[in-house]
Amino acid sequence: MSAFSWHRFIAVLVKEFVQMRRDRLTFAMMVGIPIIQLVLFGFAINADPRALPAAVLSADNSVFSRSFVRAVENSGYFRVVSRIETQREAERLLAEGKVQFVISVPENFSRKLVRGERPVLLVEADATDPAATSNALAALLTLNQTALARDLGGSLAHLQNGPPPFELRVHRRYNPEGITQYNIVPGLIGVVLTMTMIMMTALAMTRERERGTMENLLATPVRPIEVMTGKIVPYIIVGYIQVIIILAAAKLLFSVPIVGSLALLSVVLIVFIAANLAVGFTFSTLARNQMQAMQMTFFFFLPSMLLSGFMFPFRGMPEWAQWLGEVLPLTHFLRILRGILLKGNEVAEILPSLWPIVAFLLVAAAVALRRYRETLD
Amino acid sequence: MSADAAVIDVKGLCKSFDGRRVVDEVTIRVGRGRICGFLGPNGSGKTTTIRMLCGLLKPDSGTGTCLGFDITREAGEIKRRAGYMTQRFSLYEDLSIRENLDFMARVYAVPDRRRAVEAALERLGLQPRAGRLAGQLSGGWKQRLALAACLLHEPQLLLLDEPTAGVDPKARREFWDQIHDLAASGITVLVSTHYMDEAERCHELAYIAYGKLLVTGTAEQVVSRSGLATWTVSGEGLFDLAQELRHQTDVAMVVPFGNVLHVSGVDAAALERAIARYGGRPGLQWRRSEPGLEDAFIHFMEDVREAHR
Repeated sequence: MSAFSWHRFIAVLVKEFVQMRRDRLTFAMMVGIPIIQLVLFGFAINADPRALPAAVLSADNSVFSRSFVRAVENSGYFRVVSRIETQREAERLLAEGKVQFVISVPENFSRKLVRGERPVLLVEADATDPAATSNALAALLTLNQTALARDLGGSLAHLQNGPPPFELRVHRRYNPEGITQYNIVPGLIGVVLTMTMIMMTALAMTRERERGTMENLLATPVRPIEVMTGKIVPYIIVGYIQVIIILAAAKLLFSVPIVGSLALLSVVLIVFIAANLAVGFTFSTLARNQMQAMQMTFFFFLPSMLLSGFMFPFRGMPEWAQWLGEVLPLTHFLRILRGILLKGNEVAEILPSLWPIVAFLLVAAAVALRRYRETLD
Repeated sequence: MSADAAVIDVKGLCKSFDGRRVVDEVTIRVGRGRICGFLGPNGSGKTTTIRMLCGLLKPDSGTGTCLGFDITREAGEIKRRAGYMTQRFSLYEDLSIRENLDFMARVYAVPDRRRAVEAALERLGLQPRAGRLAGQLSGGWKQRLALAACLLHEPQLLLLDEPTAGVDPKARREFWDQIHDLAASGITVLVSTHYMDEAERCHELAYIAYGKLLVTGTAEQVVSRSGLATWTVSGEGLFDLAQELRHQTDVAMVVPFGNVLHVSGVDAAALERAIARYGGRPGLQWRRSEPGLEDAFIHFMEDVREAHR
């Protein structure tokens, strides 16, 4: 026997290619995943988000405040999406994450400015994700020097010399020190749940089929809904244990402030976990073996990770990527999660993010049950 | 259900997969307490037929009842009252014997579950191994476990799909003794098999090939219906002789059995004339004999195969 035989090597090689060709899904994944990564990393991800939504709360409708707002928009980092009247509205928009910034122009801004009293202009930022706001804030802080240059002529020209004509004060809300962990660690709850819940259910069902135990199960009087719920509940419990571990670590290791209601969080968790389990269940009805189930899980997990705003600022992505992200339950769950834990959000503020998860759950569960019934035959 | 009503009573069952007809107009009747052997080559539609009987598959056409319940509309009722032993071991290899039985007992809502499981373990002599994982068992023990599992809910109908494949002769014999005990207690059994000795232990037989039911009846009826006349020949040069005989039109088939050849034909007189030419060859002993079940089945199968061409 020679140490290396070309015949034997070729025999194995040819067999591998034949098997590779047979498993269409694996083949598609091998080609598809690099393409997806290319598209997501290449086009969708942008660590320098621009045109962030801002609201203007102006109590002083003067040429100066208008010029400032225009200058803010011209910086490219801000896009004024609404003009509001009350501080309560400002709070609500920030809590729901509808705007990233609220620019408050105080009463008598122009009068004080003209008198050289250097009035204070307040910018509140939703700093839960420091990466999303830091560049915008850096750009903003240079504006008090230049924003009003054109308006300060004639008798006001003297204001251009010396210190800036008004003061810019920035409040980084929810995460004043800009600690990245405050954002990442709670987000991990969503990421870990997405990964394990989908994978475990996808594998649990495919395993029955791969090992041939499905036939026995189907020959018994057990109903599809009984199989589905019986298989899902253990993983819901596992999901809760994961959440408890991460929350404990967040509190004890990373000192993440937990502002909101954990009871509310645990209710939302059920919906989110169920949505992921339904996806896993659907995958298990599509996959022919556990390997394929794993691949499908990865196929879903990758965009969830990249497009949900977990790793990269959601608003930094182009519009098509944001739309894709809006479909994924993780995107909405992260908003709820950060909302409850960091902002202390209540039911009213999380509802806009909760219903998309519910809708996703209903669609996924319908597909799963429908597919499962078909596989009975 | 009246006493003479058949436990399995299906007519004209058809099932196609991807446009290929796997089961074609199969009609089976099996009375209470009877053991029906279901025979046929691999891929002939045995498993598909059994799956239709227990409600795992919906027939494309055809009707019928099992235990008096409609096989399409009342599959749930049939599942509750029938025991189905799959061809491949389909209990959980990562559960212990007791855990597997316990699971099945729960699924079937067996009353007094604990005692039923213990009784099943005892009856099958599995008690000393109850804690062993099912995956560690040998083929024979796996088969016993699978049978115990599908007997837990005291089914009135047993559907066994090649239950003794890969099981040693002693375990097979014990298994068949148990099947006869069950039948004697009034349970109806449909069992598919490839073994001719097992076929002979059945009360009646159904032979299926290429999805078509070719013949039903007792072993004797099946043999006589084949209409075969058979000679056995022993001696030297049997291999070459077999080649020559196969070219004779009046010889339907030549099958080697150990050191003898079975030479069969449909027309007894023509067969005799055909082999007379070789009668004088030295070293050969010719003897008139009865065709066996296997001869009959192979004959039936070759008939359809020709029809299929």
